[in-house]
Amino acid sequence: MAVGRFLREAATSLTTPLLPDDYLGLIDPLWSHRRLRGRVEALRPETADAATIVIRPGAGWKEHRAGQYVRVGVDVDGVWQWRPYSVSSPPGRPGGTFSITVKILVNGRLSPYLVERIRPGAIVRLEHPQGQFVLPRALPERLLFVTAGSGITPVMSILRGLALGDEMPDVVLVHSAPTRDAVIFGEELRELARRFPGLRLHERHTRTRAGRLTMTELATVCPDWAERAAWACGPPGLLADAEARWRRAGIADRLRVERFRPVTASEGGAGGRVRFARSGREVDADGDAPLLVVGESAGVLMPSGCRTGVCRSCVARLLSGRVRDLRTGREHGDTDDHIQTCVSATAGDIEIDL
Amino acid sequence: MAGTTQLTAVDVEEFGRALDRLREEILASLGEGDARYIRRVITVQRSLEAGGRAVMFASLLPPAWLAGTAMLATAKILENMEIGHNVLHGQWDWMRDPEIHSTVWEWDSGSSAEQWKHSHNYVHHTYTNVLGKDRDIGYSALRVHPEQPWHPLYLAQPLYNLMLAVVFEWGIAIYDSELERAWRGEKNWAETLTQLSTALRKGGRQVLKDYVAFPLLAGPAFLPVLFGNLTANTIRNVWAHMIIFCGHFPEGAEVFTEEQIEGETRGEWYLRQMLGSANIEGSALFHILTGNLSFQIEHHLFPDLPSNRYAQIAPEVRALCARFGIPYNTGSLPRQTSSVWKRILRLALPGPARWPVDLGDDRAHRSEHAHAHRIPAESVV
Repeated sequence: MAVGRFLREAATSLTTPLLPDDYLGLIDPLWSHRRLRGRVEALRPETADAATIVIRPGAGWKEHRAGQYVRVGVDVDGVWQWRPYSVSSPPGRPGGTFSITVKILVNGRLSPYLVERIRPGAIVRLEHPQGQFVLPRALPERLLFVTAGSGITPVMSILRGLALGDEMPDVVLVHSAPTRDAVIFGEELRELARRFPGLRLHERHTRTRAGRLTMTELATVCPDWAERAAWACGPPGLLADAEARWRRAGIADRLRVERFRPVTASEGGAGGRVRFARSGREVDADGDAPLLVVGESAGVLMPSGCRTGVCRSCVARLLSGRVRDLRTGREHGDTDDHIQTCVSATAGDIEIDL
Repeated sequence: MAGTTQLTAVDVEEFGRALDRLREEILASLGEGDARYIRRVITVQRSLEAGGRAVMFASLLPPAWLAGTAMLATAKILENMEIGHNVLHGQWDWMRDPEIHSTVWEWDSGSSAEQWKHSHNYVHHTYTNVLGKDRDIGYSALRVHPEQPWHPLYLAQPLYNLMLAVVFEWGIAIYDSELERAWRGEKNWAETLTQLSTALRKGGRQVLKDYVAFPLLAGPAFLPVLFGNLTANTIRNVWAHMIIFCGHFPEGAEVFTEEQIEGETRGEWYLRQMLGSANIEGSALFHILTGNLSFQIEHHLFPDLPSNRYAQIAPEVRALCARFGIPYNTGSLPRQTSSVWKRILRLALPGPARWPVDLGDDRAHRSEHAHAHRIPAESVV
């Protein structure tokens, strides 16, 4: 240990003001320990607007647990864009790689790039897998997954993991997608359902049968829903319905949800001038613009994470002024408060320690 | 030539708006090509540095010493000029790359990035060529404009300018701690000494690397490697000093008074940057080796635009200047350098209080005119 540290320091004294990593990265970007990177190994189209991206992570990568997500940074036209994506491959990293599966979002900046433009060999930046949307250590006897669209991705990782271990408990998966062909992993899911009698798959094709699955229908499809350990992942509307239903039944603790878009309740207030004290930047911001986005467009190096107000990676110190929580519309903030920039907008003129 | 153009306040603002539009155009067009450029420069620089040091280990063979030293000197020039200076200006912040960002970058120079960003980005780029405000006018040590009052110490300035060239990075590091302001009581000593010790600590690490660690690693080639590193650092210092002095001190570059910049408009700010800066002409490679400071005018108008774009906007800036009758100071490296040295030699001696009008052409008139409507009321009366 001490020898290792001595060697690192000795190497650093040869590369100051840079780090040895900066030179190792010249040979192979994946050798950098300071910043985790990955190389795109393969691309697999899944549906008309979704694709799986197979990534070989570099040195120091921590194994994901089925259901977790990874923040991926991609250089799109010269600008680094970061988004969280659920890992869709099973844990255990077969072949030394892991996969994410991306569906094109309307007005998305990164998703169209990942589905249509990225090529094998591209270097992406990674953060370690995180998230609580996972199976408990002790596997429950009965499980329920309620998913829609690309919300299937973390569940796919879970199901693939279970299938690999040849251990499929009593699982009900209720999945919504516009059509049969638009079901991401459709063939594989149907195959799994054939192979494991314990896995019951209910596909809901919203374009052929009007509208999204309601919670009343869920009860018809899965009468014992309230007794199952449940996971829900999909668009905000679906998650809101599910949360309300489980709360009404008094069993909110049995439902886990995964969301990648913030629930914004507030229309926002007047906005104001935002000063980023450490970077010396100052910009006018709207009352409904997340400070994270305001800072990023002003070129400030903003820490960020889930971008949905969950992980608190984006927290920054408020030096003056007040902010509005975009989820609740509530105005708050005192000097030295730590605010989540991804779900806060300015309420008047403020100063942030970034 | 004198009196051919009269710049009105309306002209100055129109000039400013045209420059604002140019800036917006460039900002909107930044993309993949620019990002590739800076990454390539960084890769070339790091490879040259690693390669140069490796080759120098074979220094017992004289050609290896020569090649290694040349590679290392080039790497150090690139690192300071095209990479460090420009990254620290935030020219590449738009990429949101956490490894190429002004808030995290550190460079191979005596002064720390933090102090440099204050003394250079803020003080020098805001108060460019304003007497008593811009400490970069002669680096508080040289008389480079006649408006600076003469002192017998300046008699020796040709000599200590030569010495400054050789140890330039250390000169800047000490200068950044603003000793002279502490001496005059404008800044407290505790802060000044803290800054000085930060610079020394940082400088110490570099001295250790170039003059102890690498020579020791070279074993029998200890001395040639030490001497090679010293040579590379000296070449870099002399080069940086030459390029930087050509930026603001050649003939024609003007200075301003604090009264002149009071209530300055955006257009007037642009005009002051224009009149206080000078370009150097040369090849594409030359521009890269100067960190594109050969486009000092464009850099001062748009300090945070990526340096690889200055060459592209220079013709447009020049055309604008022609349209408004504003001088565009440019010349070859020998011409600008000799102009700087003529000045340093002349101003070592007492007088003049300002350049005679017939020698200094009509620039003084124009800029006075440009700032005329800002002259305080009492002086008009």
